[in-house]
Amino acid sequence: MIGGAILLALYTLALFADVVAPYSLDFADRAHFYHPPLLPRFVDAEGRLHLRPFVYETVTDNPGLRTYRINPARLFPVKLLAQGESHHILWVVPTTIHVFGVDPPGRIFLMGTDQFGRDVFSRILHGSRVSLVIGLLVVSIILPIGMVYGGVAGYYGGRIDNTMMRIVEVILGFPAFYLLLTLSAILPTRVGCTTRFYLIVVIISFIGWTGLSRLIRGIVLPMKEQEFILAARAIGVGDLRILVRHILPNTTSLVVVVATLSVPGSILGESGLSFLGFGVREPCASWGNLLSAGANLPNLINAPWLLLPGLFIIITVVAYNFLGDGLRDALDPRLRVG
Amino acid sequence: MWRYIARRGINLIPLLFGISLLSFIAIQLSPGDFLAEVRLNPVVSQQTVDEMRRDFGLDQPIHVQYAKWLWRVLHLDFGYSFAFQVPVMWLIRSHLVNTLILNIAALAIAWLLAIPIGIRAATRQYSLTDNTFSLGAYLGISTPTFFSGLVLLFLAFKTGWLPIGGMTGLDYEDLPWYGKALDVARHLVIPAAVLGFGAAAGLMRQMRGNLLEVLRADFVRTARAKGIGERPVIYKHAVRNAINPLITIFGFEIGHLLSGSAILENVVSWPGLGRLILESVVRKDLYVVMGALVIGGTTLVVGNLVADILLVVADPRIRYD
Repeated sequence: MIGGAILLALYTLALFADVVAPYSLDFADRAHFYHPPLLPRFVDAEGRLHLRPFVYETVTDNPGLRTYRINPARLFPVKLLAQGESHHILWVVPTTIHVFGVDPPGRIFLMGTDQFGRDVFSRILHGSRVSLVIGLLVVSIILPIGMVYGGVAGYYGGRIDNTMMRIVEVILGFPAFYLLLTLSAILPTRVGCTTRFYLIVVIISFIGWTGLSRLIRGIVLPMKEQEFILAARAIGVGDLRILVRHILPNTTSLVVVVATLSVPGSILGESGLSFLGFGVREPCASWGNLLSAGANLPNLINAPWLLLPGLFIIITVVAYNFLGDGLRDALDPRLRVG
Repeated sequence: MWRYIARRGINLIPLLFGISLLSFIAIQLSPGDFLAEVRLNPVVSQQTVDEMRRDFGLDQPIHVQYAKWLWRVLHLDFGYSFAFQVPVMWLIRSHLVNTLILNIAALAIAWLLAIPIGIRAATRQYSLTDNTFSLGAYLGISTPTFFSGLVLLFLAFKTGWLPIGGMTGLDYEDLPWYGKALDVARHLVIPAAVLGFGAAAGLMRQMRGNLLEVLRADFVRTARAKGIGERPVIYKHAVRNAINPLITIFGFEIGHLLSGSAILENVVSWPGLGRLILESVVRKDLYVVMGALVIGGTTLVVGNLVADILLVVADPRIRYD
């Protein structure tokens, strides 16, 4: 249940990303590129304790080496509900208030900045919308397809089953990531971020529905011989009705578990694609493409904070696995592995 | 037994046909002309471009193109790489070896770690060791290889212990054979560790789960009741039965030998098949992508077949007929 709590927190943050993030997705402070993380402090240079946390102003020391020096003369208190860029809470309420922030020209870079001086923390929050939503979208697409396809194949059996499963096996016969990569090359390049995001959902779903179908088929196949199905058939219930009203509801507990455990797969698929530049592209952010900023050696060595988005991927995936395992133990102990 | 293998083998034919067809369709759908890059090259004359077009059959209807390509593939001729100007088969073979080196090393690490740890964790269920390893396994299956790869590269740079990326050092050509082997081995440590630990995590969970189940079985209780010591009970009776389901996983891993490391290869610049396919997708190097897809797919389905056959061989209770 820890998993569920973590996920709830992450999704809430994603929902309110605009308010929680001190800066917008595109905000760039060109003077502070590759700035290291700057955490709020309580004790100033003279050793005085401040009740309100503050950040110092930083000045470029050496732009080539990307070093910054603290200017102890100017400090900016961190404000709760600070004024900042205008945005819309939940896409509706227009406001300029952010949960926290500092007055300009002070800057608060909790997790440092990238090569354009964009705040990594803010971009992680904005990017979480892509990374977290993609898993849910993919599941909501593959679940109905997989249930119907697998249900029909398992219920009718014989030649229909054989043909349908051959099609599934063809797609499953590819190394998933190779196929994902090739398919993403089909996508048009000159489309907006949102369109591209949906296209990526489509190709991940195109690969994802197969495993689920095979699983559902495997459960339906023995089920159709059971008494309650035979009874339904004996009193003249139609095939479609048997499938929808009697067979599929019996797969629910398994489907819930499998759905939960399939979400991290989609998230990892998207971040892998975006990481290699085939998924969500700049200027949009997802955890995968944020991480790709740290992928070349000089950046990795000089700006290791660019790796932080990876931690968010891990936390999310661990949380989903925890949740899925927990659900499995609660709903259907027979499936228990470890 | 042999009939089973033969029947499964015949079933592979439509499957492989489907794989080749889907690869072909996927490539045909991608925008852009494959000869566009060649045409931009000032050294290549228009006449050569036309010749290439005819050679590759690009001027013919799509189903003829497919039939021609398939005919060649059946003769293990995957065509010609536009970008590298060498036969695709040659290109794939050279990268394939590197990918195999990496994946076999990772496989060895995974099994050597996972089996003993899984046994230990299961025999001491809910102990501190078990909980630690189980938590570690959770992290292991949840960490994308590109992230752990980057972190290890970062550490390698900070400590200076290991080379950062690539497969060979600068002075590779001048080294004697044992120096060459050592050089490659040093470059292998990071990617093999990333892949190996990741695979070990899943495998260890599986081993632990299986063994826990077997330890609850009646025959284990009987063995204990007969007065056999705890060690022989575990190693002679329980472990043997618990390893059985892992054979399926082994076959699955054989199938993924060529594709499991795809993303990681790009992170640590390992010159393998994953890197080749990525570069070829970027360059629209049509025949290389198709060849890699077909070879990757074939390995996968053959791996699955091997897994099923191994299972029949290892467990006489399972009979497919």
